[in-house]
Amino acid sequence: MAESVQKLVTGNRLRDGVPVYFAGGGKWSSAVSGALLVDPAAAEGLLAEAQKGEQPLPAVGMELIEAVREGSRIVPVTLREKIRAFGPTVSFGTVPHG
Amino acid sequence: MYRYDEFDRRFLDERVAQFRGQVARRLAGQLSEDEFRPLRLMNGLYLQLHAYMLRVSIPYGTLSSAQLRGLAHVARRYDRGYGHFTTRQNIQYNWIKLAETPDLLADLAKVEMHGIQTSGNSFRNITTDPFAGVTAEEIEDPRPWCEIIRQWSILHPEFSFLPRKFKIAVSAATEHDRAAVKMHDLGLYIRRNAEGDVGFQVLIGGGLGRTPYLGLVLREFLPKRDLLAYLEAALRVYNQYGRRDNIFKARVKILVHSLGIEKMRAEVEAEFAAMSKDKLELPEAAVAAIRAQFSPPPYADAAGDDAILQRLTAAEPAFARWVKYNTHAHRQPGHAIVCISLKPPGKPPGDCSAAQMELIADLAEELSHAEIRVTHEQNLVLPHVRKAALYDLWRRLAAAGLASANIGLASDIIACPGLDYCGLATARSIPIAQVLGERLAAREEAIGKLAIKISGCINACGHHHVGHIGILGLDKNGEEFYQITIGGSDDEHAAIGAITGPAVAAKDVPEAVDKLIDTYIGLRQNGERFPETYRRVGMSPFKEALYAAR
Repeated sequence: MAESVQKLVTGNRLRDGVPVYFAGGGKWSSAVSGALLVDPAAAEGLLAEAQKGEQPLPAVGMELIEAVREGSRIVPVTLREKIRAFGPTVSFGTVPHG
Repeated sequence: MYRYDEFDRRFLDERVAQFRGQVARRLAGQLSEDEFRPLRLMNGLYLQLHAYMLRVSIPYGTLSSAQLRGLAHVARRYDRGYGHFTTRQNIQYNWIKLAETPDLLADLAKVEMHGIQTSGNSFRNITTDPFAGVTAEEIEDPRPWCEIIRQWSILHPEFSFLPRKFKIAVSAATEHDRAAVKMHDLGLYIRRNAEGDVGFQVLIGGGLGRTPYLGLVLREFLPKRDLLAYLEAALRVYNQYGRRDNIFKARVKILVHSLGIEKMRAEVEAEFAAMSKDKLELPEAAVAAIRAQFSPPPYADAAGDDAILQRLTAAEPAFARWVKYNTHAHRQPGHAIVCISLKPPGKPPGDCSAAQMELIADLAEELSHAEIRVTHEQNLVLPHVRKAALYDLWRRLAAAGLASANIGLASDIIACPGLDYCGLATARSIPIAQVLGERLAAREEAIGKLAIKISGCINACGHHHVGHIGILGLDKNGEEFYQITIGGSDDEHAAIGAITGPAVAAKDVPEAVDKLIDTYIGLRQNGERFPETYRRVGMSPFKEALYAAR
């Protein structure tokens, strides 16, 4: 059962543009399940922590998005962020994307 | 076709080296994202939802076999094995890694290609009729003029920071507009005046996006020698008066329609009269030299080909259907212009795998004088095929999933990448196109010519405003909804479609399109196409069919 809406920090990895998720402690995960979820009140602090560090930062376009925990999974709220997290909803030929 | 000279090659190599240094400095943290972003965009490199996206320019949609093989190599080596042909006759790659981009651009440069000016507030790819030079309908081949404009406009120092992007299209066909000229910031129709001289009718202020307009006539007849001077005058007026305070009001269409075409014309003519034209007047020898690069290939004598084709179409109905919809009259006897559909029903429109590109490159080399065109409908064209070779071509295309006989029919849908890839999109386009394509394919011959165009946001990359049926994806409180327009057209009868009413949920789009088509079929007379029936009967019956029972 889904819990209440929380927030996480996401961006795109500088080297290859892959969506990444801030895991705390200076670490980033390419899986949304690796994200650090926080209550909305702590979200700005999490973003500030993600933006700290030596240049270049590992991710660009960092922003806060809404997500919920569903059991062991973390699922973004919006369709846009679901598609970023889990890949396009379409395939080309026999090659599945995402 | 135009081949690079030593200057072009050296310039491009230097540009790649420059970008290699910029990428290295970015990855080393010496350039911030704010500093780097305009540099990568100037090379066509965007950052989208899943990765970097590279848009590669295909000048006026013309490719050699070697270039198409080069694009296949990029798809296989640097992407996930495919590319996406766009409505600007370009190609995009959706899964690019920044760190590999310098090597990618170096590989592209080997086949005389790049991504310069496929982004940013500058001139974008010059587009034209994909049948240029091979259709009997045109006054002359427009591609030399496209090439002249390309050379003038690329990295033009005065126009490197325009208020907004600027798109130019050129067409020389007198009956049919296959280049959507009236939907461009500046459109050129090659025309003959009363004295028999050939020149340009100049249109300005067309465009789609959130505020769609058709272009208006700026100059009824412009002598050829004055082309660049007049374009420069028009761009100077835009550069001076175009808005830079509001991105949504920065395109030249807004300036033209706020000033009024008379005032715009007066400003451009005054600038044109005052400017020194010596350096911009086109010497006939220079034009002839460029024209020579577009000379027709050495066609074979194909006198017996019509009889051969007639026999083969009579024997094989599936082949006959493909010939009917996917081939067009060629100016050379015994030859055909062949459209290769990149719209197999149920697949993403405009996508093409590396293997398919390589096959098409081989076929072009063998059967079409090594030349390929890209259409703004996201299909490919082999422009010079002997009719006696069509059957063999069809079989080989069919084996690779490239023989959908649907050009101009309901499943030949234009769709932007939409929310599956694009950072600007508000809804998905491709899944809607897939569902509609599969659903309509079975009855598309009975429906007849029908242009369905789908955009995933108001920026209108899928040209929905000018679809016979246009579909615009919207986000309504987190749900995908689709606004439907009808009666649009991008050809010689160009028109902006009218909104039918409230947007419909994604699941209801197929049924809504069915109702619009059924209404059209019930009302059409004497072979009318959809927009003609719409113009005759108006919105009411379509609106009633869509919304009455809801």
